[in-house]
Amino acid sequence: MNLYATELVGSAAFDAQGNFVGRVREFFVEPAEAPNRVSHYLLSRGKYQPLIARHDQVASVEPGKVTLNVGERALREYVPNESLLAVQKDLLDQQIIDISGRKVVRVNDVEMAEQRANGNVELRITQVDVGLPGAVRRLLQGLPSKVIRKLEKGLPQKAIRWEFVNLIEPDPLRRLKLRITHEKLEDLHPADLAEMMEQLSTAERQGIIASLDEETAAAVLGELDRRLSTQIVEKLDPEKAADILEEMAPDAAADVLADLPKETSEELLDEMPGQEANEVRELLEYDPKTAGGMMNPEFVFVGEDSTRYEVLAWMKRQDEMKFEQLDTIVLVDPEARFSGTVPVVRMMLAGDDQPMKELKAEPLLSVGPMADDKEVFELFDKYNLRTLTVIDEESRPMGTITVDDVVSQLVNR
Amino acid sequence: MVNWEAIAERVEALRERGSGMRRRVRGWQHRVALLLAVVGPGLITSNVDNDAGGISVYTQAGAQYGYALLWSLIPMTIALYVTEEMCARMGVVTGKGLSDLIREEFGFRSTFFVMVCGFFVDLANVVAEFAGVAAAMEIFGVSRYIAVPIAAIVVWVLVLKGTYRQVEVIFLIACGFYATYIFAAILAKPEWLIAAKHIAIPTFHFQASYLLMLTALVGTTIAPWQFFYLQAGFVEKKVGPRQYRQARADVLLGSITCMAIVFFIIVCTAATLYASGQRNITDAAEAAKALFPLAGRWAGVTFAFGLLNASLFAATILPLSTAHVICEGLGFEAGVDRKFKDAKIFYSLYTLLIVVGAGIILLPKAPLWRILIFSQVGNGLWLPVVVIFILLLVNRRDLMGEHVNTGAFNAVAWVTAIAMIVLTLVLVYTAIFPSAAGAPLGG
Repeated sequence: MNLYATELVGSAAFDAQGNFVGRVREFFVEPAEAPNRVSHYLLSRGKYQPLIARHDQVASVEPGKVTLNVGERALREYVPNESLLAVQKDLLDQQIIDISGRKVVRVNDVEMAEQRANGNVELRITQVDVGLPGAVRRLLQGLPSKVIRKLEKGLPQKAIRWEFVNLIEPDPLRRLKLRITHEKLEDLHPADLAEMMEQLSTAERQGIIASLDEETAAAVLGELDRRLSTQIVEKLDPEKAADILEEMAPDAAADVLADLPKETSEELLDEMPGQEANEVRELLEYDPKTAGGMMNPEFVFVGEDSTRYEVLAWMKRQDEMKFEQLDTIVLVDPEARFSGTVPVVRMMLAGDDQPMKELKAEPLLSVGPMADDKEVFELFDKYNLRTLTVIDEESRPMGTITVDDVVSQLVNR
Repeated sequence: MVNWEAIAERVEALRERGSGMRRRVRGWQHRVALLLAVVGPGLITSNVDNDAGGISVYTQAGAQYGYALLWSLIPMTIALYVTEEMCARMGVVTGKGLSDLIREEFGFRSTFFVMVCGFFVDLANVVAEFAGVAAAMEIFGVSRYIAVPIAAIVVWVLVLKGTYRQVEVIFLIACGFYATYIFAAILAKPEWLIAAKHIAIPTFHFQASYLLMLTALVGTTIAPWQFFYLQAGFVEKKVGPRQYRQARADVLLGSITCMAIVFFIIVCTAATLYASGQRNITDAAEAAKALFPLAGRWAGVTFAFGLLNASLFAATILPLSTAHVICEGLGFEAGVDRKFKDAKIFYSLYTLLIVVGAGIILLPKAPLWRILIFSQVGNGLWLPVVVIFILLLVNRRDLMGEHVNTGAFNAVAWVTAIAMIVLTLVLVYTAIFPSAAGAPLGG
């Protein structure tokens, strides 16, 4: 039979001899031992020190009545313990992340199932209730559970299985003790995770970012609202912040740093490796509403006289660079001036010995770094661009603006 | 073969050289930009305080006592600022709304209680706002049966189809329209020197009706729902602890402009209605009509327009804020950026508030007077509960860290809270037993 935490709280507990011991006030789970088992019951008894009953000391559990299989003397007195998860205090009314539904939800009630072991009964948390039935039970808590169960019948159920529940604990020490990891969050799409984090408190967001691996953290920060990512980075340990910024695309990192006080952003840039830091520094010089502010200074460029074969061979040697998003390659002439772009598809279809300049896209398009974003949008719109090259006064390529930069700029206008 | 390693180096060198471009905006421009990014919630919330009910009370205060009550504006500004600042601080530090915090710290039942009370009190307030729309439009010769449905539709569409930014811009413009009261006051040709004297020097009359008017002033200026809206506003704007100073400036600016408008309304009616002996005005629409012969057509029109603006403004914000707060506290999905099927309860509540609020005004024999009184009584009863929740939460070190109230601030806040509670309870008492007051009070 399924039991709810709201039904069991306040139940009278009796020992093996049938003597009243106290009332159940709290359930604890010891995640280090078993992730879903109720390991301890807190029994209060008025003015005396509350007692703790271990799971193997409980003979039966039903709404209103808990029977122990030992005498009262076998119970220990309660001592607060940080490594125990308290169902009422840490779960009820708190926000959790529902991994399967990719949502932040608030817990109304906790559902448990009893499991018979030899001579005792164990409660296992099966799911958390986030829907109306749980709300009704909370509201009417104290009425006989039969009445409540009748009333809530027919209400739409909304529950999340315990294995899909990701707890949020801002305190890193407690997180460690409760074995709360955010590994499962790393499997979510960074954009989903970012959206969920916007609903959490400042401290909770901080806790999640701090416990993710750098790569995921960087991806999430790139997707988060700029104000929030700036707030998070500012509060992180500088070394960790620099590690995360290093993983981010330079233009996204520049966006984050742009709103920080000068000293803080300088400190973070100093922690970053020279090459990455320089790229970000340069981007910080531009107004975010110009081509220079939108561009990414990391782009792929090759000499226009090189052949397709040479380019492919060079790309294969570059394991550091990520070509996943690559759709256009920038060409430069022997003077390092911008001479055109080659769509990757054209390259795929070309022969090995074909020089890159024969694959150029027409017309030849580029903008200066001071061009305002509206001009950039118009170019993308008119020529259906994927990528636009930004060049300086001497027509040397400085970076590229890709269509996703345009989309995010448009969305944030 | 072209040596692109060399080219790469050259491009790199050129890139570093070519960066002497436009610098980011720094210095004072930067600071103004920072403030502008945060301004909004405080300014909007305080100004919405001057809603239909509020304007009626200020009008009566000016008509009955002339400039004599002006001194109370300064302590009221302080009370408004102190209470609002705590909410702004909570929003900025925790990143959570007030109802979220109440739920997490005080559990489901307390939250449910607060939400249910809030719903009914806010509903009464929404009715009062639509009553304001009806009264103002009737001065312009438009029947309420045309004006109120149109207003309801405009409000509904504006919020559901606009983005947060657009809506906020419209709200800020609406704040600007409060300036009409400045014109109305100037057109009324008041005696500025006497007004200034009364601001600085309190005059106290120990008459029941005088004290009652004082109480009504305070009671209508600080409404309980505004705290939820204010805190949510800062959370939604993603204002962080580092911008706390700007947020505080926003709240201060809001409190001061709110009270400045009250000042102009009182001055306007004092210079005209009080001076000419028309002292038994009961609501703002009546005052606007009385202004036509006294201060000229434009004074009356601007006064009525101000009332319309204020009522519409509050009628937009109240249902939205209420639906938001309730869903947030009880764990339903909320927000105008959600689709209808994801946030059914939110949209239903929002629509219900507007439909019922506007609908009651259209009932042929609607007991508007009773509803207005009920909205004030409700505000008065609910305010202490909300303020006590706020004070308990803002003193929690585990939530607020170093930003908990200081001892001095707590003293000011508790004194303010208790004074407000006493005053509003007096107001509630006299609203329920009008014979105790002697003079009628507008909603």
